[in-house]
Order: sequence, then C-alpha cells, then structure tokens
Amino acid sequence: MGSIASFAQVFIALSNMPVRLDERLIIKPVLSLGYLVLLILPFAVGYRQGHQIKREGVPTYAPGPNEVVGGFLCGALAGGGLSLLAVLLTHFDLREPLVNWSPILLDLLAFGNATWFAAVIWLVIGGGMGAAGGVLRLLGPRSRRAVVTMVLVVLGVAVLESLVVDLAEGLGLEPLTDRLYARRGGVNWPSAVGLAVVSGLLAVVGRGRFRQARTRVSELEGAKRTQANVGLILLTAAVLIVLPLFAGKLTNELLANVGLFVLLALGLNVVVGLAGILDLGYVAFFAVGSYSAAVLTAATSPKIAPEMPWLVALIVVVIITGLVGLFIGAPVIRMRGDYLAIVTLGFGEIIRLLFLSDWLSGWFGGSQGITNIPAAGIFGLTDVAGTDPRRVFYLVLAFCALAIYVSWRLERSRLGRAWMAVREDETVAEAMGINTVNVKLLAFVVGAVLGSFSGAIFAAKVGSVFPASFLILVSIVILVVVIFGGMGNIIGVIAGSAVLIGVLGGPKQPGLLAEFSEFKLLIYGALLIWMMLARPEGLIPSVRRTRELRQHEMAQDAWLRGEVDDDDGGNGTGGASSAVLP
Amino acid sequence: MTDVSPTSGAAAPGVKQPLLETRGLSVDFGGLHALDQLTFEVREGEIVSVIGPNGAGKTTLFNAITATVEVSDGDIVFEGQSLQGLDPNRVTSRGIARTFQNVRLFANMSVLENVMVSQHCRTKQHAFGALFYTRAFRQEEAEIRRRAEEILGFFGTRLIGYRMDQPAFTLSYANRRRLEIARAMATQPKLILLDEPVAGMNPVESAELTGLIGRLRDEWGFAIVVIEHDMGVVREVSDRVVVLDHGVKIAEGDYADVANDPQVIEAYLGKGAGER
Repeated sequence: MGSIASFAQVFIALSNMPVRLDERLIIKPVLSLGYLVLLILPFAVGYRQGHQIKREGVPTYAPGPNEVVGGFLCGALAGGGLSLLAVLLTHFDLREPLVNWSPILLDLLAFGNATWFAAVIWLVIGGGMGAAGGVLRLLGPRSRRAVVTMVLVVLGVAVLESLVVDLAEGLGLEPLTDRLYARRGGVNWPSAVGLAVVSGLLAVVGRGRFRQARTRVSELEGAKRTQANVGLILLTAAVLIVLPLFAGKLTNELLANVGLFVLLALGLNVVVGLAGILDLGYVAFFAVGSYSAAVLTAATSPKIAPEMPWLVALIVVVIITGLVGLFIGAPVIRMRGDYLAIVTLGFGEIIRLLFLSDWLSGWFGGSQGITNIPAAGIFGLTDVAGTDPRRVFYLVLAFCALAIYVSWRLERSRLGRAWMAVREDETVAEAMGINTVNVKLLAFVVGAVLGSFSGAIFAAKVGSVFPASFLILVSIVILVVVIFGGMGNIIGVIAGSAVLIGVLGGPKQPGLLAEFSEFKLLIYGALLIWMMLARPEGLIPSVRRTRELRQHEMAQDAWLRGEVDDDDGGNGTGGASSAVLP
Repeated sequence: MTDVSPTSGAAAPGVKQPLLETRGLSVDFGGLHALDQLTFEVREGEIVSVIGPNGAGKTTLFNAITATVEVSDGDIVFEGQSLQGLDPNRVTSRGIARTFQNVRLFANMSVLENVMVSQHCRTKQHAFGALFYTRAFRQEEAEIRRRAEEILGFFGTRLIGYRMDQPAFTLSYANRRRLEIARAMATQPKLILLDEPVAGMNPVESAELTGLIGRLRDEWGFAIVVIEHDMGVVREVSDRVVVLDHGVKIAEGDYADVANDPQVIEAYLGKGAGER
C-alpha cells in the first residue's frame, strides 16, 4: 500500500500541484497548501494500514504498537517516492518526459537545502505522518473524534478563508477575522492552536448529542417523523433565504453557481436516476435553453430579436427545449444501454457544433456568440443580472424548489413507477403494458425542460452565450455530480452539487478551493474512483439504488437475521410443507 | 374496476366464442422452424394446456402471441381482431397477460409496487395530475393501491401484510411465481398465459397453485393457457391439451385422449406412458 501511495505522491508532485499551491499559506509561517497536499497521503496510508476487516469467526485483535510501526513503514514508503524523485531529478535531466519539472519543485522538496537532505527529510516526514495515522488507530473513539475534528476545523477554516472573510464581513465580525488570518492569507499559528482547542472541546461535548438526536428522529413513528422532516426542510429553506442577505458578493456568486448546477443535476437525475437512461449529452438542453433565451431577449441577437421580457421568453424556451428533447429523444430512446449513451454523447456535441457553425451563424453568431443579453426582469419588480449574484441566487433557488417539487411528485406517481419498472427490466415492463418508448421520452423531455431553466438563468446571469460554454465537459461534470451525490435521490444530488461545484468548482466556475481549479478534473477523477470503490451508491444514496447495488449482500444479511421468507411454513397448506422434492 | 366476466358477453349461455385463435402461425429462427403452421384456439373461460418436450416451441408460441418475437407467417386473432404489428404493450392492453418461465420480477421494487405498476395500461393519470396533485390523481392512486391489495389477497396470506412493502427479491421462489401471476392479473386481462407456473415448486405448493389456476378462471373469469411439464397439474387443470413437437401440433383433445395418443408417447420417448 505504501508503494502505491509513493507512486501517487510522485504523480502529485509532478503534476505541479505543490508548486502552484505553495503560495497559499494555510497556517502562517509553518504550512502551505502545497506541502499539505503532500502530507495527506502518507497520513491516510498510515491510518488505513491498521484497518481490520471484520468477519464472523475471525477474532479481531486490539490495536497496539504494531499500528504505529506499520504506519511509520507505510508512510516512509510513501515519502520514499519523493526522496527517490528528488535524487533522480538532480542526477538526470528529465525535462523532456516530465513537463512540469522545474527547479522550484526541487527547491520545494528539499526545503532549499541540498538533495540528500530532501531524500532523508521526506522519508522522515512520510514516516512521521504514517506513524501519526497509526497512533490515531490507538486512540479511543472519543479522543479520535476530537483529534479529527480539530484537524478538520483548522484546515477547513484555513482553506476556506475567502468564504469565512466574506461571511464575517456581512455579519460585522471583521475584527475577528482580522485577528484570525494573517495579512498575506493563512491562519496565524496562535489562532490555529486556539481554534484547535475550542473545536476539540466542542467535538467531545457536542458530537455525541448530535448522534443521539439523529437516532431519536429515526426512531419516531410515521407521522411524527414526517413532521420532523418537514421542520428540517423548512429550517433549511429559511437558512437558504436568510443567508445570502448577510453574505458578500463572493459567497452569493458561489451559491448562484451551485444553484445552477443543482438545477441541472436535478434535471439529469430525472433522466438517469429515475428512468435509467444514461444521457451523456445533457449539456445540449442547457445550451438550447441558454441560446433560445438569448435570442428571444437580447436586442443584439443577429437574426431575429423579439426582445421579449425574460419571463415570457422562458415560456417559449420551455416549449422549444421540450420540442428539441422530443426531436433528439425520438430516435435515441429506442436504443439501450451503451449504444444510447454513445448516441446521446454525439447529440450533445452536435448541438454545440450547430451553434458554432458558420451555417447557423446568421442566427446564433457562430463563435462570437450572443452578447449583451439583458437582465431577467421578474414582473417588473427586480432585474436579475450577473452583477447582483444575490438576486440570481434567489431566482435559482425558486427554480430549484420547482425542480425538486416536480421530481418529488413525479417519482411518487404512476409515471414514476413506470420509470422504475423500465429501469429494472425494459422487456418485462413492455410486457406488463407500459409503453416504454413514451414513458422514456417523457423522462427525457422533463429532464430537458429542467435543464433549460438553468440555461435561461445562465444566459441572463452571464449576459452572453458562446458555444465554448457548452463543452462536453459540462455533461460529464453534471453526471459526476449526480453519481457522486447519489443517483435517484434529490437530497443526494443537491449534496453532490454542493460538494463538487461548491468546493471544487464547476467546469468554468471557481469553487471555494479556487487554488485547485487547475487540478479540478484530476480531483474529480480521483474522487469518482474512490466513490465507486467505497460507496457506489453515492454520498446520500436512495434506498432503491442501494438495493440494486447491494441486493445480494442485503439478502444475505436478511438470511442471517432469520428474516428471510423461507417459504410458507405451516400457514395453510397443512403439515406436509417440508415435503421432499420428487 | 369491474373484472371482465366471460358469461357477461353477448354469447348465448353454453356456447363459448373463440377468444384467441392462431391461424397457420409460423415462427422461423434462421432455418429453424420454431413454430410450423400452428392452428389452435382458446375459448372464453377455458383452460388450455400446452405440453411437449423441450424445444417444442411452447414458449415461442407465448412470445409470438405477446409480440416479443416476429411472426414469419400466419395470423393471431384475439376477439376477432388481428394482433399483427402491435407492440407488446398494446397486446397487453388488448387483454393478454403473461408470466415468464424464468421469473422476471421488478426485483428492487416492493411487492405492492410490482402489482401497482402493472396496472399502468388500465389507468391514465399523467404528469399533469401528479404535479398538481389533483383530486382525480389521488382517487386513481387510491384505487390502484386498493386493487393491488385485492389481487395480492387472492393468494391468501402469502403476499400481504409486511411482505407487501418488501422488495421482491426477498421473496421465496414460490412466492415469486405467485407474484408473477398477481402482476399478470393486475393488467386486467381476458387471457393469461402461464409459462410453467409450478416449475421448481414442491408437491404441496404445486397442488395449491393448481387449485389457484382453477379459481383464476372460476372467480376472475380469465381464460388461461398454461405451459406445464408436470402431468399431474396438466391433468388437474386442463379442459383441453395441445401437444407440440418441433413446432408442430401433434395432438389435441382432453387429457385422457392425448395421454394415450401413440404419437405423443413417441414424442416423449415413453415418458408419457410412464405417467399413466
């Protein structure tokens, strides 16, 4: 495991991440984000090596000093990769194959000293982090929780500096942040220690309560539980409505971006999560929504410029996108599985290329796009434009609420059941009298319309549309969001967008960790792989999806618990039910 | 809402109209004649067994009727109208339901949902009703649920109670077969095609299911075509038996006639004689 990690370490180092991130200080004089990236893996490996697989009948042994030693070895191995790299880099000219090689990297690795120093120091650092991971195993659950919270809070506050500052300004807490952060960015180390102590204490005192409350809620009976859930939803809504009032421009911009992606992801969720149609060209509907809104509202649109008010245009946009959905869907929907995915991928590109083409540039401006799209007027009350992200966010929020309502209601209807059946077994669904083509087409169109909302808001927010905004990457990012969050689950999809888009950033939009934006796709990929291995049902999975993926395990568990439906026993057929098969 | 009763038709009492007819039905897979010029009929309220050795074309016959395989020649007529060129879902909404030999439930949907979703072609509330939560929508949902529970209740205590909300994959083998039948019933058919309904069941369970097949006809008024290898069941339930071999009908009549037919005995290589 240590050697795998060492490869990963070398890879990270060579991807230029540390150099780029070195400028960002985490804790004032001690730690920069660049080094942090290199420290995480040895630690994780050290912790992981103590992992015991729990099996029936195999005794688990108590963690002992072995963990520390093992952690040290694994960590050292991981660090060893960097040592080796440092040595190699000084003795051979590797500029040719390794494009990101630079003297700065070597300097960084060696802390400005000679190469041999780098080689030794990374072995020691890796070993140390690994051992720390091992020690974490030794701690009791309580102190482990405290330590983890401490580290996470300090790192979190440091990494999310811009967000915290922005929020603090809105709330009038500037003196606090002034003290917390150094001028050039990064947390002062005294305040870091203070934070750690406070959060550690809070973790010890508070966390247990939270868990208690959660189990209490889940133990409630039907009606009361619904009440609790409704209360929770109302609370979330209230927070979402109030929060932007205090947040600065930056945070609101972020929220608006996340909202746009939530809207897209909810639309795709209807197609992929509910009806099981793997659509890799979802960006097409986002593009059609944006472009039709642009053409309908902008005075500068090349061919026709009806200059409709945004809300009126929206109705037309919905109709247009619905028709495009039908038009694309009709041929595509008859295919199944992989073929369908490939064809949707193709259509996604075709739509973009059409907007880009010279042939239609008279309508859509080709690569110049359409600019000067006016703000979205809402009943003459307000104008929503990108210059005021707070209003954009409220608009997005309204449409998200609509999208959530639509998917929630449809899922629990005759149509939703039919989608489920189609996802389970298309042939049988057809044999049970479901017109699978119509039902799937409808899912496609609902998804398209939800996507077009996002597109129309996007056009008004950005004020211009270009074909380059609708790359295939957008489709993939939305799909990753849906898969990551938990396919088929509304809350999961929202959580997925918040984590991926909010923290890492969208295809073009910066997230909280703006420093990582260059390596966003790398991190997306790593996260997705890890997710598929560890938790294929997603962050917050739907019950049904979990069932699909873990059917056999669940059946086995049920059997172990003795809950299995082991045929009909004595009920009704008389005593001879255990008759031997002929 | 109302179940179609065979005696409520315009036909004079005692005279039963042909419900389903195949006329010279042929299905070819490449050079193989899976079904060759097959002509037979099912009358209202009748239970017909289709038997024959493996590969005789029994399941292909079902697939041809439900439009899942392409018919190469001949015609299938249901209630006086041809089924040619219809999609499988249209055949189902015309009133023919089927079960599958290798049980194919919607494994991750609950038992109740399996039956509810099968009423799709008999209900009509669409996206609009669901979105605005209209009165009609709520009424129909309640009706779908009520009817699903009623159908599940037909199988005694097997599928109701806590089992209704469990995913279908947790069911025992016999219960899966029962659920398949329940699902077919939910499409409100006039004719049910049962593909080996008692395969893999123990004698007690299969005796019980044999009784159920009779009740399906008597209480619900379905005509039934059943493919079965268990001769005991065939003797018990059938009004008429059709014997297929290599896609050709080699005998037809009541059980006693067919069982003594030398051609049938030959087709089964003496197995038929052993049954007697």
